[in-house]
Order: sequence, then C-alpha cells, then structure tokens
Amino acid sequence: MSQQHQPELLSGGAMLIRALRDEGVEFVYGYPGGAVLHIYDALFQQTEVKHVLVRHEQAATHMADAYARASGKAGVVLVTSGPGATNAVTGIATAYMDSIPMVVICGQVMSHLIGDDAFQETDMLGISRPIVKHNMSVRNPADIPYMVKKAFYIAQSGRPGPVVLDIPKDMTMPNQKFPYEYPKDIKLRSYNPNAKGHPGQIKKALQTLLAAKKPVLYSGGGVILGQASAELTELAQQLNLPVTNTLMGLGAYPATDPQFIGMLGMHGTYEANQAMHNADVIFAVGARFDDRVTNATKKFCPNATIIHIDIDPASISKTIMAHIPIVGLVKPVLQEMLHQLKKHGNTLDQAALGQWWHQIKQWREVHGGRFEHRTDLLKPQAVIEAVWRHTKGDAYVTSDVGQHQMFAAQYYKFDKPNRWINSGGLGTMGFGLPAAMGVKLHYPDAEVVCVTGEGSIQMNIQELSTCKQYGLGVKIINLNNGYLGMVKQWQDMNYDSRYSSSYMDSLPDFVKLAEAYGHVGIRVTSPEELEPALERAFALKDKLVFLDIHVDPKEHVYPMQVPGGAMNDMFLSKTERT
Amino acid sequence: MRHIIAVLLENESGALARVVGLFAQRGYNIDSLTVAATEDPTMSRLTLVTRGDDQVIEQITKQLHKLIEVVKLTDLSESAHIERELMMVKVKASGAQREEVKRNADIFRGQIIDVSPTTYTIQVVGTSEKLEAFIEAMEGTQILETVRSGVSGISRGEKALSL
Repeated sequence: MSQQHQPELLSGGAMLIRALRDEGVEFVYGYPGGAVLHIYDALFQQTEVKHVLVRHEQAATHMADAYARASGKAGVVLVTSGPGATNAVTGIATAYMDSIPMVVICGQVMSHLIGDDAFQETDMLGISRPIVKHNMSVRNPADIPYMVKKAFYIAQSGRPGPVVLDIPKDMTMPNQKFPYEYPKDIKLRSYNPNAKGHPGQIKKALQTLLAAKKPVLYSGGGVILGQASAELTELAQQLNLPVTNTLMGLGAYPATDPQFIGMLGMHGTYEANQAMHNADVIFAVGARFDDRVTNATKKFCPNATIIHIDIDPASISKTIMAHIPIVGLVKPVLQEMLHQLKKHGNTLDQAALGQWWHQIKQWREVHGGRFEHRTDLLKPQAVIEAVWRHTKGDAYVTSDVGQHQMFAAQYYKFDKPNRWINSGGLGTMGFGLPAAMGVKLHYPDAEVVCVTGEGSIQMNIQELSTCKQYGLGVKIINLNNGYLGMVKQWQDMNYDSRYSSSYMDSLPDFVKLAEAYGHVGIRVTSPEELEPALERAFALKDKLVFLDIHVDPKEHVYPMQVPGGAMNDMFLSKTERT
Repeated sequence: MRHIIAVLLENESGALARVVGLFAQRGYNIDSLTVAATEDPTMSRLTLVTRGDDQVIEQITKQLHKLIEVVKLTDLSESAHIERELMMVKVKASGAQREEVKRNADIFRGQIIDVSPTTYTIQVVGTSEKLEAFIEAMEGTQILETVRSGVSGISRGEKALSL
C-alpha cells in the first residue's frame, strides 16, 4: 500500500511507536523521564501500542523478559536515560544470560550533549555492551524504522538475546518529520544465524545414539526457545531414551512421563545425575554444560561420547568437549534426525536399553524426591506439591532465586514448555513478581503463580502497586522461612552455621502489606491451614492473592552435588552422602 | 601458542570497542592490535595477535564471530602468511656513535627517517621477531623512544579475506 501512496510523514518518536506496532508489539513496559518525553507523547497519541507503567525500571525488563519466555516473542522496554537505563541493567543481564529476546529502548541526552556529562547522561552503550546481543545508537531520525526492525531481527533470531537501542532526545523531536516506511525484512552481511545443521553430522549423531547402550538425552533452554519440544518428545519416545532437563529446559519434556528422570545438576535428582555420570552416550540438545550442571568438568561423565546440538558454536566444546558437534537450530536438526530415523529404523540394542532402564529405576528409588512430611511444620516441598495439585499442573510458574526456586523446579511437574519462568543464568532475585506480571498481562485467563521467598519478594515488592493498576491477579506463594534460605544452607554446610547476614530481621506483615496495596493477603502458619488457603486463593480468580506461608526454616535443598566432585557426588540429606 | 587473527568488521562506531571489550571480559590476551579502514570504506580490517592453547583460540574465534559487526575472520597462523610490523626508534646518536647506529640500521634494512645533531630516528619493518632483534642489537645505544604499529598480516597466494 505504501508503495503506491506517498509515505506518511512522522516524527522520530511517532516512527518509533509506529514501528513497534508494525512489529506486532502490544505492550511496552517502561517508565517516563526527560529524554523520552517525546516518545511518551507519541505513545499517548495512539492506542494500539499500550504502555505499562512499572514502579522501577528493573521490573519493566523482567516483565518484558517473562513475556518473551512465555510467548517466544521479544518483549519491549522503554526507559529514560541515565538512572532509568542503569536501573534496567540487571534485567538486561538476566535476559542475556538466558538468551531471551528483548528490545530495550533507552532515552539519551541530546546528541550534541553526549560526552559532556550532561544531566542524566550515562554511556548506556558502554554499560550494556557486555550484557547484550547487540546495541545501537540512533544517529539520524530517518533511520529509526530500519533500526527497530534490525533490533527485533537480531534479538529474535539465532541464539536470541537482548538488544539495546539508545535514542538521543533530538532524534524524536515532534516538529521534525520523516517519511515512514517499515522494512519488510532485513539482511545483514555480517550476521546470518539460521543454521539447519550439517546432514553428515546429524547422521553420525544418530548412528552414535543408536549404538548406545546407556544413552541419556540432556536438554536445555534451547529446546524451549527453539520451540522444539514436540520434536524432542517424539524422538525421545521413539527411542525410549531417559530424558533429563536443565533448570532452563523444564517442561520441554513432560515431567509426569515415566521417561523423565528429573532435572540434573547441582540440585538435580539422584537418578538424573547418576544416569549422566554412567552414560555411554550423552545427547545434549540446546543445553550449554553450565557449571551448575557439570560440577567439576574434569570428572564429568568419564565414559560418555557427547553429541551436542546448539545454535551457538561458541557454546559447543566451551566447557566440555563435544565428540559430535552440530551447529544448528534444534528444531530443524531434530526434524532431520526423526526423518533419518524413520528411514533407518530403530536399531538400539533393546536388551541393553532394558538393563539401563532397570538400573535407572533402581537409582530412582534411592532418593525419589523424598522429603520429610510433618504435621506440626510446613515443608516448602509440600507447599509446592499442593500448588501443583491446585493448579492441575497447568500454571505458569515464575520464581525468584534461592531454595524456593529449587523446590519449585523439583516439585512442580511441568508438562508443557514455556510454563516455568525463572532466572537460571544470572540468578536474579526480584525476578519473580514482575515476571508473573508480564505473563499475566498477556495471558489474563491463565493461572500465574509466583513462587518466591521473603528475601526475593522484597527486591521488587513495589510492583504490587503496578499489579493493582492493571488488575493483574497473580498468586504469590511466599515461602517465608525468615532466612535467605540458600545462603543459610551454604552457611550450614560450609561455615558451621554462622549465619552472617542471612537472617531476615524486621520483616513486614506481608498480609497487611498486600492489603495496603489493595490486594488480598493470607497467612499460613501450619500444615492444616494450607489447603483451605490455597483453595480460597485460587477461587479468587481476578484478585492478586499474597500467600505468606511460614515454612520450616531448617529445611535444605537435596540432592545437592558435592562441590568439586563428579556429577554423581551428592549429598542426599543432612546425613547421607553418596 | 601465538596466533594472528585477521578480522573484517563493519566500519561502525563501537565495533572496535566490542572486539576489545570481548577480550577484556573473557580474559583473553592481546599482544598487539591494529585496525584501519580497507579499500571499501564501509569495512575495517583488524589484525590481532593473541596467545592461548587450542581451546582458548577456538573460543576466541567463535566469540569474535558472534559479534554482529564481525563480517569474516581467519586465523592467519593456520596457513602460510606474511606478517609485518613497523617500528620507529629514536636513539641518542652523537660523535662516533652515529656511524655505529647507521651500520646497525643498514644491517636490519632500517631507514633513518629523522636526524638531529644528537639523535637519529630509525624506521624498521619486519616481523615482530626482527624488530625485537633490532632492539637487542642496539644494546649499546641509548634508546629515547620506540613506537610499534602492531602486526598486520595477510595470507600468501590467492587466498584472501574479503567478501
């Protein structure tokens, strides 16, 4: 249409908003300030792109990030220069570590003032450089549509990641207008990310997998990001492979399926870590052999041939040498594998595989996710199991960082991808509540639960106000043990229980606090109060309910890998060690 | 151990900072770095001398590739190549010393490019090794100042790093 007609003349600010609309953006999360006033004025003059006003810029980034994790599309953040931008830094780093597509638009001082230490000036390109996939500054307002397109393209393709677009205030002047046209597509000579995987390598990988006697499929966040959960599940089920997921990969394979052997790594299941250590072939799909998975790399899986699919070549053989590397997007690679498997048939040694499964089932009985059930004390694990039951295993669950995060990962059985939303790489406290908000905003009919602790929740508690403004009925499960639980656990295990600054003194009355923000607060202090409280909370469909649940302060997360050990060196309880 | 990596990158502001930042963030060494625009003004060519075992070098090249502005790169030290570095050395040269300095410069095919009553400035071009050898040969002479361009490298034969 715009080819026949004269393109519309728009200001830089209006072009930016129009470009977001043309990119299909529904919500922008942000906070206004001097350098972005022109942009906010352009936002005001249209209705298609809606703005969500947070109470702190960090929350805006986590909302956008969580939306991306749930939907697969880039989330958009709009903040002003200086402190607005620096407040967004933690959220950008969070997205970067977990490869989450995000476009962060930062205001900047007038271009002629850059470098003069002007009011609210910060070198945001410099600050964000190590924590973005890419960043750019607008030098000419006419470039804005192209740069927005480029930002989304880079953020969403290949290994996704955050892109920062820095816009000096004079680039968005309302009185300077330019012909607007949104590019249909974009090509960069220096960036061509979509790889299908080398067919020869894929063949070799399949042959190796089919020759295995003790195979393990180890999959990570790449399967979720690459929307390849269906292919992964099909391949695993056709070959009857044991499947373990990383923290970032939970939900890629249904957790209630018997082939699922649980999460692996530092707080992985006994059977997953044993299976990895004893495997003869490890088939790694969209996972990056993070240090929270491998434990000591020198002792990692001594007998395994490693097949590794990843879109990012730098993730392959970075910490653990891959014998059969495949650079490619997991979805087309797995499709090709399924195709080749169909041609060649399943030639796995079924007797050996049967024995392997027998062994894994024995391991499963050693720990099996057990925890102590008490009638006088609430166990955090029991709370998560109850939440799982009450939400029929179908909620979006966000978390903060610490013990509660691990309990949620271990005891909420995710059967679907994109449902478990947590900061795995950076480990950002304060992530959970804004993340839940970002999901709830886009999926208002879905049950969205934030599993948090009294430490983490206070890092972005001000967002209870944003929840009220936008009617975000998320359910907050505050596992309150009065301590920074994971810090305390390490202090118990390694510092003779010297609780240096891990006791949370002077906690607020969370019930009153929730009420002060206009929400519902419920306190749970004993096991018998839990069920009725959850029932009431989930029955209050559109309300934000803050459940302040007092749990056993002495509880630890187990299994736990012994630092410096192999995958299968684990503490199984306070008194048992492998 | 020593590798010469040649990189073609978009001639955009911030691109060099990204390359340098990458080395700083990930703890890689830079022995020398030289960069300038190519015959195509939209592209810069960067030559980087670094050290590391095979795994480190592999990570360096992969991480460089990930930078959006990096168009192409090659590890020149993996095949036949030529490397050159330019050095200017200002030395004290008076009396009988002047002859001695001149002789040394000639041996290294250096050129005296600036003269004052008490100093010579000598330009030497070659591999980094040759430049170091020259400095050693000047041992008896008082060096006032040296400046080195860093290594530039190019493949031998028809092989070329271009679009």
